Amino acid sequence: MPWRNGREVFVMEWDALFRILFLQDHNTRVVVLGTFVLGVAAGLAGSLLLLRKRALLSDTLAHASLPGVGLMYLLLVGSGQSGRQLLALLGGAVVACVAAVITINLLKQTTRLKEDALLSMVLSVYFGLGVVVLGIITRNHPEQSAGLQKFLYGSTAALISSDAWLLVGVAAGIIVLAACFWKEFQLLLFDSGFAASEGYPVQRLDLLVMLMVVLVTVCGMQAVGLILVVALLVIPPVAARFWSEDFLAMQWIAALIGGVSCALGTLISGVLPNMPAGAVIVLTAALLFFLSMILGIKRGILLREWNAFNLRRKTEHHHALRAIYELLERQSSEGFIDLEELRRSRSWSAHNLKRTLRRAVNLGLVEWSAQGIRLSPTGREEARKLVRSHRLWELYLITYADVAPSHVDRSADDIEHVLDPQLVALLEEKLQAQDSREVVPKSPHSTTLPEVGGSA
Amino acid sequence: MNSTNPPVKSMASPGHEHSHEAPISVHDMTVAYDKRPVLWDVDLDIPEGKLVGIIGPNGAGKSTFIKAIQNLVPRVSGSIQFYGKPLEEQRHLLGYVPQRESVDWDFPVNALDVVLMGRYRKVGWFRRIGKNHREAALAALDQLGMAGFAKRQISQLSGGQQQRVFLARALAQEARIYLMDEPLAGVDMATEETIFGILQGLRNEGKTVLVVHHDLQTVRRYFDHLILLNMRVVAHGPTSTVFHDENLRKTYGGKLTLLSEAADALAKRP
Repeated sequence: MPWRNGREVFVMEWDALFRILFLQDHNTRVVVLGTFVLGVAAGLAGSLLLLRKRALLSDTLAHASLPGVGLMYLLLVGSGQSGRQLLALLGGAVVACVAAVITINLLKQTTRLKEDALLSMVLSVYFGLGVVVLGIITRNHPEQSAGLQKFLYGSTAALISSDAWLLVGVAAGIIVLAACFWKEFQLLLFDSGFAASEGYPVQRLDLLVMLMVVLVTVCGMQAVGLILVVALLVIPPVAARFWSEDFLAMQWIAALIGGVSCALGTLISGVLPNMPAGAVIVLTAALLFFLSMILGIKRGILLREWNAFNLRRKTEHHHALRAIYELLERQSSEGFIDLEELRRSRSWSAHNLKRTLRRAVNLGLVEWSAQGIRLSPTGREEARKLVRSHRLWELYLITYADVAPSHVDRSADDIEHVLDPQLVALLEEKLQAQDSREVVPKSPHSTTLPEVGGSA
Repeated sequence: MNSTNPPVKSMASPGHEHSHEAPISVHDMTVAYDKRPVLWDVDLDIPEGKLVGIIGPNGAGKSTFIKAIQNLVPRVSGSIQFYGKPLEEQRHLLGYVPQRESVDWDFPVNALDVVLMGRYRKVGWFRRIGKNHREAALAALDQLGMAGFAKRQISQLSGGQQQRVFLARALAQEARIYLMDEPLAGVDMATEETIFGILQGLRNEGKTVLVVHHDLQTVRRYFDHLILLNMRVVAHGPTSTVFHDENLRKTYGGKLTLLSEAADALAKRP
């Protein structure tokens, strides 16, 4: 290698980086397209597999395909052909996968062993067989061993255009299947008994799902290697679940996450030399999973925490309004309440209570001046509703659930914040409470306290 | 059919001739799981336009009966006919409500999606779900008072609401014969009344409704006709004639251990 100064090296690398990132090479374009489509197909097939609750099966299939590749190679070389025919090698992998599925089913039927034990066993035995076959190949054809090693760890960079087009073709087939049969797959995965009763060929549909998984697994071996291909099938759909509660939407979000992980991972590994593409793709997918877990708009952690925070705040708010109302009720006048008196009524911390009150003041429900605290007209209305649903619930518990009146307050506390108007209406009907909705029933556990209107 | 030497035959219909008008006629059906027989030699006709209850203790084969007549579990022997024809020709006449526990309620679909599944066979393969099917599904949800929950994710529904969704799906099937596996299990009183009202409505339209039921207290009020099951048909016939202490003792009492011991022996056979 001729001597180069630092500046030249930098220019060379910048040039290479530019060529890769902006897809200047035909080869880069094809490889990125190939892995993208593969990722899309993996997201679709993986969603089906996950909802079928057989995610572990993909790992078993991936490992089981190794002896298929090796034996097909030996067969090709033995019959005087070149061993480097991708289509034939992948065909061998498919045969091995099918053999593994048959092995699992036969063992399950004849021995009644549990499926997880069978999956682990078949995985390791087939993989062991594959390693032995690879050993034979390495001994007899040492020059070829590197080529077959790539099935273990994947080698996206080594994909030649014709390989990539094969990937695109197979993946496109899977995408078409997922798009055509989504109704039937949904029915099969949600309620296979109902599907069967409707006359759907559930076993054949199930086999179709498995075939899609096998095809993704076998094609994925080229890109990420058979050890990591399971990640492509499992990570995108579980990440997608954080974003959607809809079958189709989840599938296509998984497809997008899969496609982006693969394309991005391929590009990154192209930019960083000696970085194996398979591992980078899986790590990219894991990053997207992590982001989905936190940011997902349906089941993400942030959303859950935000909802929990809101409920806590709403609960505090309700409790404060109700406490003010009940204190006023006892005072039997439209006067003011003292902050300290309010605080003692419910063992609040002064800090929390002040914060809650300031919020209520901002909402225009509470007036807080030097004279003390009182409810605004809208606040009074709001508080009346709260006290009403709280007491209705208490009455219900006492009447129908046999809860002692002295214990009923706390149980009602938890539930009243989640009572929707429909349930409150149902309670009213049940209890045949006051005919006017404005009337607040008496507190059922306040026998020693003055009643509404100050009659006691 | 020759009935000179019948095996364990249904008591209410010894040596009985099958009718071609019966919505369901079951001929000498025996069902086994893993060699262990769970239903012995069931032979009966279900009358048309009746609300038929299937009762019996746990493990009596009630669910198995409902599944076996639809070919959902393999039969050892016997045949089933619907209006005199085999299942394959008559499947469109059947509506099915599986047990609520048989599915994963965390599945990513909403209530309307589940009800729409009852229309898929009518929609057909490869076709989009048309507006008419959506309207039919919404109408079915509405019948069960669930129209307001159409877009609700199914995991957010209460047990009673989930059961209503399952029943709405069966209504969306627009069947003539309904097979329901414990549609009243674990539901609240209000839901039970709603569902029972729907079942009566179906019966009044002339449909035949088979219901696996577990609550003996409501049997007399709910069902016109009963099948008392404990691994075999102990009795079947109009509720007023078969629902009495002696039959209940035979169904729920310990006198039938011989059958279950025989089943155990068969299951253990190598």
